[in-house]
Amino acid sequence: MKLNTNSNTYTVIYASVVVVIVAFLLAFISSALKAPSEANERIDKKKQILASLNIRNLDNSQVEKTYAEVIKADLIVNDKGGIVSEGQEKDQAGFTVNRKDMNNENLPVFVCQVDSQTKYVLPLVGKGLWGTIWGYLALNADGKTVYGAYFSHESETAGLGALITEEKFQKEFEGKTVTDNEGNLVIDVVKFGQVKDNNTQCDGISGATLTTNGVRDMVREYLGKYQAFLNANK
Amino acid sequence: MSKLFSKENKQVFAAPLNLDNPILIQVLGICSALAVTAQLEPAIVMGLSVTVITACSNVIISLIRKTIPNRIRIIIQLVVVAALVTIVSMVLKAFAYDVSVQLSVYVGLIITNCILMGRLEAFAMMNGPWESFLDGVGSGLGYAWILVVIGAMRELFGAGTLLGFTVIPQCVYDAGYVNNGMMTMPAMAMILLGCVIWAHRSLNKEEK
Repeated sequence: MKLNTNSNTYTVIYASVVVVIVAFLLAFISSALKAPSEANERIDKKKQILASLNIRNLDNSQVEKTYAEVIKADLIVNDKGGIVSEGQEKDQAGFTVNRKDMNNENLPVFVCQVDSQTKYVLPLVGKGLWGTIWGYLALNADGKTVYGAYFSHESETAGLGALITEEKFQKEFEGKTVTDNEGNLVIDVVKFGQVKDNNTQCDGISGATLTTNGVRDMVREYLGKYQAFLNANK
Repeated sequence: MSKLFSKENKQVFAAPLNLDNPILIQVLGICSALAVTAQLEPAIVMGLSVTVITACSNVIISLIRKTIPNRIRIIIQLVVVAALVTIVSMVLKAFAYDVSVQLSVYVGLIITNCILMGRLEAFAMMNGPWESFLDGVGSGLGYAWILVVIGAMRELFGAGTLLGFTVIPQCVYDAGYVNNGMMTMPAMAMILLGCVIWAHRSLNKEEK
């Protein structure tokens, strides 16, 4: 029997069958690969947190071990300085908070110990030129100077805005003063080559002013939110 | 074996690399060629991904070509391409996380690449799986080498590096040379692409 591939019945049945097959195939592969891809995401997040503490270029196999050594707790705090969750397990409380779920009542803080000094790592999230940008800012125990920083992005321009992921730009933040003696935010990111005050201003990226402005706004917004916690824990 | 690599089949594979290049002659896939060529590395990765996906979707469509209802053939082609792209991106995420992070934006762009739909509609719907496979690989590589050429030029003159390594020595900068910021803009990619098409056409004038 020769099939009439142009009939309506055939077309409808064919389309339905194709859709069902593809749906099952995708659902099956997605659930089969869920465990390894989630493990990869966890390792990647830990890698980013460690990068903000200037522990970079770790092998994937070392990440979990180093993280367990360096991180002492993953708190959740609110913008009034109160502690919502103690996070003694190191990756069960603040670590599980997704970027999208961060708000004034739900701010993760990673308490870390590097060379027997306490550091606080603050997750940040903001808007770049094309999409979401995020990062981790490590502060010294006094909450006033930057120890290290890590930034990444979803879809900034390759070769321009995407350069915020490079160590060269992230190094700009090291040692910068966050707040002055009156508690005002003073840290800033300026246009490329226009740094006037080396203590507070980070040099931007040439040709990526909008992305670096996004980084500045993100850093300043979240430092504002974390201020109460930092003041309470000086 | 000799039949697999017959003269026609070699032609099917070789034509898209040069005389029937998808970018230079058919002018397909321009959008992504401008978007991902600011640096060499994403250009190479994008070229290879498109090659793999064109080849696979060509084979699949060619295998089921006789059963596809004519009126919904474009949708079926799209479903196959989209499913393949999604599978590739899930597999990369599970087994090559670093590559998948790098590819994040580009994987989605593959679905919208006109070369894929063009080859499926123009070739795979009318030819056997083996020919379609060759055609897919040829078209993908034809697309890839243009991306590599433009990516290399843009990264070299725009940032002075190739694959992230500094190529232009410091003494050249000391002598007054500056990186051309225009090169990192998509507009310059369009101009470069125009120059490549111009050069390619004047080289191949007699053969047409």
